[in-house]
Amino acid sequence: MIPLETDSEDLPEGMPYLRETRHDPPAALLALQDRPLRRMKYYPDGAEGWLVTGYAESRRILSDPRFVTGERFVRSPTELPHFFVSSSEHVPPGFFFFTDPPDHTRLRRKITGALTLKRMKDLGPRITDIVDDSIAALRDAGSGADLMREFGLPVPSLVICEMLGVPYADRDRFQRTSNDIFDQVLPVERRSEAAAELFAYVRELVPAKRTDPGADMLSALAADDDLTDDEAAGIGMILLLGGHETTANMFGLGTLALLEHPDQLARLRAEPELMEGAVEELLRYLTVAHAGMMRIVKEDAEIDGRLLRAGEYITVAPHAANRDPARFDRPNEFDVGRDAQGHIAFGHGVHQCVGQQLARVEMRIGFARLLAAFPGLRLAVPPEEIPLRTGMFIYGVDSLPVAW
Amino acid sequence: MRIAADRERCASAGMCALTAPGVFDQDDEDGRVLVLNAEPEAGDAEEAADAVGLCPSGALTVTEP
Repeated sequence: MIPLETDSEDLPEGMPYLRETRHDPPAALLALQDRPLRRMKYYPDGAEGWLVTGYAESRRILSDPRFVTGERFVRSPTELPHFFVSSSEHVPPGFFFFTDPPDHTRLRRKITGALTLKRMKDLGPRITDIVDDSIAALRDAGSGADLMREFGLPVPSLVICEMLGVPYADRDRFQRTSNDIFDQVLPVERRSEAAAELFAYVRELVPAKRTDPGADMLSALAADDDLTDDEAAGIGMILLLGGHETTANMFGLGTLALLEHPDQLARLRAEPELMEGAVEELLRYLTVAHAGMMRIVKEDAEIDGRLLRAGEYITVAPHAANRDPARFDRPNEFDVGRDAQGHIAFGHGVHQCVGQQLARVEMRIGFARLLAAFPGLRLAVPPEEIPLRTGMFIYGVDSLPVAW
Repeated sequence: MRIAADRERCASAGMCALTAPGVFDQDDEDGRVLVLNAEPEAGDAEEAADAVGLCPSGALTVTEP
């Protein structure tokens, strides 16, 4: 067993989150990769816990049932209150993101049948229509239009609304509340309020879905005798929240990354068969879920000769793990031709993103159609003027003015 | 090569069906793993080995190399 004192001289004060560049994790975070599993001080009380920057270590910890999420989180890895901190006090029933097996297993399996790879591939033609409509809207808005507003946000929002059976006309309600829930700069009280609002919104839909069901996921959840209406709403809330924020930010930041790497963009245009791999590389390189995947140690556990004590916090930094030189050759280079499979942008373990196959299909179709529609796509403003979502639970850009 | 899947551990992430479509599928009920070919050979065996490494829940194992 390696004694804890080996770390004590230079214990980091939290996980660095301020970025120097638009696409790279903070340099101060990457500087901590020399020790892939290390002690760190947490906010607000300086309690010691763990930070994981290594790829192998991240996978091991995220797949180990001794590290749990179904506890109340009161500490944050950064000075900003983490999503886990603001949310876990009022976890809606059914919100399985903050549940451990066996209940997690029961709840998650209520929706996994509707999110299989096969079903997502079957959705391809419908997603293509939605993508093409959004591309037409972007074109109509004219050169200088905001790609996030016309394309990045509408595509995944429209898709998840159709799948869930949520009226897209209500998007102002769920897009604003989702944004507030994930805005780690907002006071915790406002974020808890926003979570309650989003839950109440989905909860209102559930009884109507039972009396007048459609061929959608919320109707199936509402009709399930094994679920309470609250649980059905909590599961629906995960899908609504996770179904549009993450993919929207991948569209915005991904487009920016391609435009800022003209050689890679040219290669992808010339070799469209690279798209599947390019999407994996965008996921690895950008890793928009950058706020840290948190766990609490349920029982004392030994990992790589280190003793992780019951009650301690662990934060996995997937954006650092996806730049681990021990796993990825030239990790800080964006290379659409590399084999990026195995990245942990969707997490790892039983909580690995339940909607990842949907996200893949949306991105493959979305990026392919976007590039084909606009052969001369370029930024309409200098890149340094693009507003970055540094303090958000999910990283990305607030807007992306483009021209063609 | 021989492959085994533990459907109780499966988290229905779909990584196996994505990586080795000739070897794995997901059931329609709740997306859990279905083994289409427990003794894959050649290219299928390589993909199956990748899928075992990628599986997020540790549901897949190589029982015979």
